[in-house]
Amino acid sequence: MAELVKASKPFRFYTRLHLTELTGLRAAGLVQLVRLLKSVPGGSIYYHTHRFLQQHQYLSPEPPNDFAYWVREILGDEELGERLASIDIIQYSTIRSLREKIIETIEEYLEERPESKVRFPREGGEFHFKKSVSFILPTPYVSYDLGEFVEILKRITIDSIYFHIFEARLRLEKKTNDFSNWIENSVGNRELALSIARLDPYVYTMEDLRHTITDMIEKEIR
Amino acid sequence: MARIDDYIPIVGGSVVEDLRLIASRLMGKRILNVNSTAVGGGVAEILNRMVPLLRELGLDVRWDVIRGGEEYFDVTKKFHNALHGGRVDIGEKDFEIFMETSRRNLEEMDTSSDIVFIHDPQPIVLVRKRAGNKWIWRCHIDLSNPKQRVWRFLKEFVVQYDAAVFSAPAFSRKLPIRQFLIAPSIDPLSDKNRELPQEVIDGVLNKYGIPKDKPIITQISRFDRLKDPLGVIATYRLVKKRIDCRLLLAGGTATDDPEGQKVFEEVMESANRDPDIHILSMSQNDLEINALQRASTVIIQKSLKEGFGLTVSEALWKSKPVVASNVGGIPLQIKHKHSGLLCYSAEGAAFAVKQFLSSPEYARKIGENGREHAKNNFLITRHVRDYLLLFLSLYHRQNIVHL
Repeated sequence: MAELVKASKPFRFYTRLHLTELTGLRAAGLVQLVRLLKSVPGGSIYYHTHRFLQQHQYLSPEPPNDFAYWVREILGDEELGERLASIDIIQYSTIRSLREKIIETIEEYLEERPESKVRFPREGGEFHFKKSVSFILPTPYVSYDLGEFVEILKRITIDSIYFHIFEARLRLEKKTNDFSNWIENSVGNRELALSIARLDPYVYTMEDLRHTITDMIEKEIR
Repeated sequence: MARIDDYIPIVGGSVVEDLRLIASRLMGKRILNVNSTAVGGGVAEILNRMVPLLRELGLDVRWDVIRGGEEYFDVTKKFHNALHGGRVDIGEKDFEIFMETSRRNLEEMDTSSDIVFIHDPQPIVLVRKRAGNKWIWRCHIDLSNPKQRVWRFLKEFVVQYDAAVFSAPAFSRKLPIRQFLIAPSIDPLSDKNRELPQEVIDGVLNKYGIPKDKPIITQISRFDRLKDPLGVIATYRLVKKRIDCRLLLAGGTATDDPEGQKVFEEVMESANRDPDIHILSMSQNDLEINALQRASTVIIQKSLKEGFGLTVSEALWKSKPVVASNVGGIPLQIKHKHSGLLCYSAEGAAFAVKQFLSSPEYARKIGENGREHAKNNFLITRHVRDYLLLFLSLYHRQNIVHL
């Protein structure tokens, strides 16, 4: 094994736990959905585009975001469901831009298919807007080189990986995920940092994502 | 009683580490739970298991019970039924009885804790004693379609709380206070859910005379119209036309409930002495229910209305393929075609059961997904974590909280 580079700054693992808050807002059709999408808090857009990742982290390929699921399974609109499911979330670096894309997708569809405005769910099938309240806490785990980093990565909670990969990038509006940021700027391994940043984490289960990143780092330090 | 580290082999050490980490931010906080009974009912069941775990995590947690006479509990039962949308005859006298007992509890109970956690409507009036501390109202009831007279009366008190907690989004109401979504949970170490050796399962089947020669379709529920046992028999008959199977209907006897007895008789009549239909009217026996669930090939929960429907999570936890109605909290537990199959009718349920029985590999995969889903979302460790976060949220109003 090559001698490991000591990082200029250590990496502190954080964990992020979330509590679901009910907004009391509900949509009973696409027109109402799109109207509420324009005004709900950013935490609500984040919740409905990321909840599946955590609650169904064992499924592969990942089921879509909540909007796509509701449109397809409850309203029975396969085509719009597919359009919403295929929004490439990784392309968007802010909640604002992601929100705009979802709204645009539905509005375009409503223009093309005005009849979809009168598609309604059965009673009790309304879309309930919820939002995430995130609690971010430092864990006791700190790494000073990639060897320590990968060992911690193997055992920390899914919530911690989730925080550093998804929440840091999108909700806290950092340019890249925390792992790539540290590997590039503190360890000085730009190539490894970029290959982790290039992953589309939305198409992995959380455990697969853990294994993929672990493998990439282990290959590098072996 | 289980200790927190006993859950490590099930959920992993890091999940328990996180619980300790969050609990450390609440050290020194005194928390008082109040409900209406120490034994019996889902709320007491969960508090009995939850309170020791919270204490072990270092929180100063107490649990107190309000006092009331028979007349008072008759009124609260009426309230309960009215909140579920049932037709109930409620008069001024009922509200007076409720307030009179509430006033006595107000005088007697010490509510000086930092956080007062009130469960369900019975102790709701205690919030009048709030004095600079934090108050939470935990509603375990389906409030999606309440009778307005009772809801308006209770709402006067609800709005005085800092936060309300509901089990499903459809149960929440328009309120000027924060509302959180926290699902109930099952305990994987309880008699109802722990792993069982095959000989225990076989022993229970023998005891009730259920042969293992055919696939077994099961619904575990008390004999109640809202659980639609006649619909389950109709489902079984539709399946039976194509695939030979047995039906097992097991649930508590309701000797104090004339309606329950009537439903039981109707079920017996509908079964018409079919030797492949096994109807078990059993007293509370968690271990036997566990064994019957584990012996089943497919589990059904064909309710017409449901609070949360934790029997679904119990079945998912046992890796069983589940067919359940899309009502109440059930869709939170089952994502159609991912962790089970949802249905709206006996025909739909029968179609789903046949899919599972004729494709064992598909049934196995859905069952595995269901177990993972239950593990991640409906075990008591997740419930403890949500309650800890709920307590913390009372001191932080932001959407992103750095601790």
